[in-house]
Amino acid sequence: MNAPTNERQQKLAGIGESRLRKEDARFIQGKGNYVDDIKLPGMVHLDVVRSQYAHARIKKIDKTKALALPGVLAVLTADDLKPLKLHWMPTLAGDVQAVLADEKVHFQMQEVAVVIADDRYIAADAVELVEVEYEELPAVIDPNAALQPGAPVLREDLAGKTEGAHGKRTHPNHIFTWEAGDKAKADAAFGRAEITVEQQMLYPRVHPSPMETCGCVASFDPVRGELTTWMTSQAPHVVRTVVSLLSGLPESKIRIISPDIGGGFGNKVPVYPGYVCAIVASIVLGRPVKWVEDRIENLSTTGFGRDYHMTGELAATKDGRITGLRVHVVADHGAFDAQAAPTKQPAGLFDICSGSYDIPAAYTRVDGVYTNKAPGGVSYRCSFRVTEAAYLIERMVDVLAQKLGMDKVEIRTKNFIRKEQFPYKSAFGWEYDSGDYHTALNKVLDAVDYKGLRAEQAEKRKKGELMGIGISTFTEIVGAGPSRICDILGLGMFDSCEIRVHPTGSAIARMGTINQGQGHPTTYAQIIATELGIPSDEIQVEEGDTSTAPYGLGTYGSRSTPLAGAAIAMASRKIHAKAKTIAANLLEVGENDLVWEIDRFKVKGDDAKFKTMKDVAWAAYHQPPPGLEPGLEAVHYYDPPNYTYPFGAYVCVVDIDKFTGEAKVRRFYALDDCGTRINPMIIEGQIHGGLTEGYAVAMGQQLVFDREGNIQGNTFMDYFVPTAVETPKWETDFTVTPSPHHPIGAKGVAESPHVGSVPCFTNAIVDAFAHLGVTHVDMPHNAYRVWKTIEELHVNK
Amino acid sequence: MAKTLITLTVNGKKIEQAVEPRTLLVHFLREELNLTGTHIGCETSHCGACTVDLDGKSVKSCTVFAVQAEGSTVLTVEGLAVGGKLHAVQEGFTQEHGLQCGFCTPGMMIRAYRLLQENPNPSEEEIRTGMSGNLCRCTGYQNIVKAVQHAAKKLQATPKAA
Repeated sequence: MNAPTNERQQKLAGIGESRLRKEDARFIQGKGNYVDDIKLPGMVHLDVVRSQYAHARIKKIDKTKALALPGVLAVLTADDLKPLKLHWMPTLAGDVQAVLADEKVHFQMQEVAVVIADDRYIAADAVELVEVEYEELPAVIDPNAALQPGAPVLREDLAGKTEGAHGKRTHPNHIFTWEAGDKAKADAAFGRAEITVEQQMLYPRVHPSPMETCGCVASFDPVRGELTTWMTSQAPHVVRTVVSLLSGLPESKIRIISPDIGGGFGNKVPVYPGYVCAIVASIVLGRPVKWVEDRIENLSTTGFGRDYHMTGELAATKDGRITGLRVHVVADHGAFDAQAAPTKQPAGLFDICSGSYDIPAAYTRVDGVYTNKAPGGVSYRCSFRVTEAAYLIERMVDVLAQKLGMDKVEIRTKNFIRKEQFPYKSAFGWEYDSGDYHTALNKVLDAVDYKGLRAEQAEKRKKGELMGIGISTFTEIVGAGPSRICDILGLGMFDSCEIRVHPTGSAIARMGTINQGQGHPTTYAQIIATELGIPSDEIQVEEGDTSTAPYGLGTYGSRSTPLAGAAIAMASRKIHAKAKTIAANLLEVGENDLVWEIDRFKVKGDDAKFKTMKDVAWAAYHQPPPGLEPGLEAVHYYDPPNYTYPFGAYVCVVDIDKFTGEAKVRRFYALDDCGTRINPMIIEGQIHGGLTEGYAVAMGQQLVFDREGNIQGNTFMDYFVPTAVETPKWETDFTVTPSPHHPIGAKGVAESPHVGSVPCFTNAIVDAFAHLGVTHVDMPHNAYRVWKTIEELHVNK
Repeated sequence: MAKTLITLTVNGKKIEQAVEPRTLLVHFLREELNLTGTHIGCETSHCGACTVDLDGKSVKSCTVFAVQAEGSTVLTVEGLAVGGKLHAVQEGFTQEHGLQCGFCTPGMMIRAYRLLQENPNPSEEEIRTGMSGNLCRCTGYQNIVKAVQHAAKKLQATPKAA
């Protein structure tokens, strides 16, 4: 490339450039616009009365004292919502959830009533004045106990219903049974196996806890009959549809705006009772109503993740070739099935649990169960249940390796899907688009000197010291998804982009996704820059306002790049095709005589004759070719042919203090392959963040309950969020295996480091004890729990 | 509820206002003064999103009453840039990709601003310890450390800018 073209290329700051973020300017100057920053004339505040019991009958609610407090405008209970049929609402998973507790409470901190007052202090005072009389009922906390005959029945509203949204219910506390794979074939593989292993493991209940909690400002204009709601939502368009269906307002009179969002990580996908109550209150009062939950409410009631009680089994030959996989999961969904996943997939994409391995026979079954805990089952920085699946298989191959006395690298390389097998059809029916697992793992092993680490470990073991080496070679399935197989409440899971090129050559682009820190305003512009030759700095990216953006299903499950990213490329290509027609007309040649170069159409063989995209944009509005519609814009709705399958190879080295149980991560090396890389700086940032969240989950996070269903840690005092001190230093690396079906070959990246790192940490902890016969310990690996393992093994003497 | 008159200086501007004695400083800043750059992430002084500089110290404004700031000098994120010129800490955060969702960022920067006056040339470990009252869920802190190092370097090169 000669100097001028090089300069033009740089000016674009397109795909592959570590472009600094455009959105930072407002955040570093305190000019972000988050939900709680919104202040409207006449706005009032909503606060929530919550249950102190996990399971109780409501005998009486007395609002008198609360209503008598000056500044209190209203107190609403389920009885007030009943005439509107809004005391219950549908969940994304085909169940219903109480908006305000209807006769019974099903979990501690459940919403019982709401208070609306002039300011947040008065509202908080009034919450204390609402008197609720309860009759306590026995609580069911353990999902296995919930399925016992004679267990207390939690959901009386479902009495006698033996069919749920996902088929037969076998017990009043049973939600669904979901199966994937071929049971007979898997059983046969186990029947003739030379060796089998079985391991139970718990992926505990955890919470995404973004720095900003959930909230909204609902503003109903009684004169126009229009509802505008600013909301911490990762899926504003879906919310608009749901609000329309619930309220009866035409969708055209509802505007949902996701402003700046202070992190989501799956917590901000569902529709919460607080949103519904704020909207109802605004309609009833004709005034804007703000609801912002506090941290205790956030950790106690909105969108937990995981709570999968898993049993894995592998069948194999004596030399370590895996021949079969069986998995059974008891899934604790809490009091209502409010899992945030494609509606017809009650266990999400859990059947990616054969991972990176070529396993000929596999079967999995998941049973969903009600307990007296908060509803949820959101994808905490992962694609629907993919984290649980990756954890299961990455743990199981280690268990098998230990049984066989085989190295944990060798078991993987022996069973990896080989490069030449892609596209690869798994035993569960998924078609993996592309991968090169051996190359990725080898690169990591060289970088960390794996042999040297094992030699060091052997030396340390002789001295009685505890050192663990964890390996994780995971494959994700992201970018939900093809509408033929997945939908949310019947809405196909496509996503969209609209691009308008202005007369002077700059552009605005809008998508159906919504940024929560992933860098969309920066990276999306880079795709357009490369496709259309318009400098990134001249492209404005907007998302999150349902009145301006095209319909899309939102941002979660690493779907932004696989879907909106593809829609951007496709919309750009529509514009590019029209631009070519205009350029040919301007240059008075045929379209076949033109070649595209960075930012311009050139006449073949004549470098002096060209028209830039900027020239074309002006012509599109000024003098379009005869018969061609003026303007230069396009919309594209992208329905992907398949998911994408990012993968990675991670190594974690831990040193455990055998007297305190403290596990120090000495080294963590993460290689990720997300296909085409749009902005390496942002990718690296996403990986740092994902690894840190993985570290938090593996080493300390868990929502714990006592037997009565009291939540034992719902502040940041008790719920672990690592600081800069605990957080390890990350080393990152990459390979590039583009997705063959994605327009620019990109696969999505932000969740891989979470999905891949959690099993890597556990594998490192278990590996530290492997020579003592330990095959598994459950998370979280905090110092106390690791110390207990050491105590049991008597190695701290 | 009866109100108390308080006088304080916020971002160089003298403020005189009546507040309820129970009003938290963070609510006073956000709701009375419309300085919404200071955020609320918990209410137990663990997360540090509400960090402001109060008389030369980093404090968590969710656990300080506005009346306790009587006679004080307060600096919030809105006061970091002077005359339209970004402070070195602000420059560091954007140059080193030290923020993602941006919610913890104002508190982080205000803390970094004070840290670099307490210790103008901190080691990486000193930065990690000095910033450990502020939580971030997005970045994994690695680029925040780099951002603070970037700012330290810049402030040392131009001592008067501090």
